[in-house]
Amino acid sequence: MQTAQNSYLVLVLLAVAAVGFAAAPLAMAWAWARFFSPQKPGKDKNAIYECGLEGKGDAWIHFRSEYYLYGIIFLVFDVETIFLLPFAVAFTGLSVGAFVAMIVFLLLLVEGLVWAWRKGILTWK
Amino acid sequence: MIEAGLKNELQKQGVYVTSLQELYNWGRANSVWPLTFGLACCAIEMMAASMARFDLARFGAEVFRPSPRQADLMIVAGTVTKKMAPLVVRLYNQMPEPKYVIAMGACAISGGPFKQGYNVLKGVDRYIPVDVAIPGCPPRPEALLHAIMTLQEKILNQKLTGPDRPRHLKAEVEGAYPVPVYGRHDLEPPNNPALWQPPAIKR
Repeated sequence: MQTAQNSYLVLVLLAVAAVGFAAAPLAMAWAWARFFSPQKPGKDKNAIYECGLEGKGDAWIHFRSEYYLYGIIFLVFDVETIFLLPFAVAFTGLSVGAFVAMIVFLLLLVEGLVWAWRKGILTWK
Repeated sequence: MIEAGLKNELQKQGVYVTSLQELYNWGRANSVWPLTFGLACCAIEMMAASMARFDLARFGAEVFRPSPRQADLMIVAGTVTKKMAPLVVRLYNQMPEPKYVIAMGACAISGGPFKQGYNVLKGVDRYIPVDVAIPGCPPRPEALLHAIMTLQEKILNQKLTGPDRPRHLKAEVEGAYPVPVYGRHDLEPPNNPALWQPPAIKR
């Protein structure tokens, strides 16, 4: 029992030393900045960093939500091409069932495109 | 202050003595982080200096910071055009103290081969204080390493107290320099009179 307690004490000491090792330089840096190094804030130093240019306008601007639908449709057909490539490579060796399954998959996506087109999403307003 | 002879004698016996000033400056000199900031072809040499062959990391200066908030050193690497000069000064102002400037290459020092150009600033020291100037067009990476070593020497010799302590430890001295504006024909003012004055012409 006694030895077990001692072994855990070592761990506690190690943890304290580890925290101290990390905290001491931070505390020293803080103390140095607080008591020795004079603070020199200024108009330029507190300004927004824009690669040396002066900041213009507001960072909180609105993006058009239509772009989100464009992005989704692009992503769907982007993923589709990944499936189309192995389909094209293995085309000659495919069974009729696999071919029909692939055509159904393609038609489902095309249907989605037709829906989006008729809904007028592809026209940028 | 301990004298050099006694310090040497103690060191031979395996006792190392130092002052807070030396320790602090040693730490600062060996972690000079430059700003990622290239203006022209000198920047290519600067990049080469930071890569494996010349290995700026040996001097603790390989951490090129993409923001002036984290940088200690501005390496003005290349031609400073009059269009770019206000940006250079503003970036310098945005760096925290203490900050240092290396003017790398003939262009940053004096305008170099483009000195006669209407659009070229004839030396970046007209607007910001330059600590080390490297001649060359462009200077080789070894020259930049030498400049870093010279700067380290300068940092090691800076005093933390007393009347000749550096600018950044004097509370009353302003840390920022005025940013020039685009005038009708030239930058206004054409130079910072507190830093640089045109030489008087004797006739």
